[in-house]
Amino acid sequence: MDYFRSIVVVAAIAGIVAGIGMTIAQQLVTVPMILKAELFEAQSASDGSSPATAAGVAAHDHGAQSEAHGHAEQAGAHDHGDGWAPADGIERTAFTLLANVVTGVGFALLLVAASELFGGLAGWRQGVFWGLAGFVIFTLAPGLGLAPELPAMPAAELGARQIWWVGTVVSTALALWLLFYVKSLPATVLAFVLLIAPHVIGAPQPASHESPIPDNLHHSFIVAVVLTTLVFWGLLGGLAGYARERFIGHA
Amino acid sequence: MTTRSTKSASDQNSAVALTADRAVPVFMAALLGIFIIGGVGFSHIEAVHNAAHDYRHSMAFPCH
Repeated sequence: MDYFRSIVVVAAIAGIVAGIGMTIAQQLVTVPMILKAELFEAQSASDGSSPATAAGVAAHDHGAQSEAHGHAEQAGAHDHGDGWAPADGIERTAFTLLANVVTGVGFALLLVAASELFGGLAGWRQGVFWGLAGFVIFTLAPGLGLAPELPAMPAAELGARQIWWVGTVVSTALALWLLFYVKSLPATVLAFVLLIAPHVIGAPQPASHESPIPDNLHHSFIVAVVLTTLVFWGLLGGLAGYARERFIGHA
Repeated sequence: MTTRSTKSASDQNSAVALTADRAVPVFMAALLGIFIIGGVGFSHIEAVHNAAHDYRHSMAFPCH
């Protein structure tokens, strides 16, 4: 088989299976917390004296309540607008599954492509370690600066956060490459600089972290996100390593 | 087990540097991956955002 097609097949197998697994984990663990947060959000949107609106933190509006629009005009608006959104229930879950599977394939393509640069994954076990690297790069490092957040939680401007997120991902990936493949003292020192630099620069933060979400719910959500993504990356890497042996072998 | 050890032995020999004809497909695959993740996780298009809402929160992508 053509090399490019083999990479895509391996990534598709890993991404689809890990994406389905991740969707199940999310429905069990993270989505119930998101739905709970949306209740706090709706409550604070209808109650003008809530801490969120008092702090100038705007409502998290899904376009359902027209009265929330007034709050959404304020600084730091958390507005989903009037655009199309999937209906709650099966439709919403189906789109979450679609997003998980599609991005699972995307992450798998990156993982397989990166590992091919270094000779390719030799079996599922090596795949798991590459998956752990993906977890450090895409979840742990950016999550230190931008903690997983629930609906209704205030955050800095989206564009700035996305730039910081991408910068942190690239910097952490380079650091791991220097650590594991360049293997010299200067490279190791530079790797630590690259690991630390994004956090010295600092992620964009909102003016105030005040929100209607209880701290313990947020804390549980952070733990749930970190652990479900850890399992996702382990599964993605392991499956990619397993499929690589079968579809690319030692070509 | 025997096949396994022969395999890893041949792995050592075939762990060659990346040749040009393999580099192009690898970079194409990586670009495709970046394009997919960017499209789903970073889109500012409202409908795309709303569809992937729970996913973005659950993966801790910068959201909203």
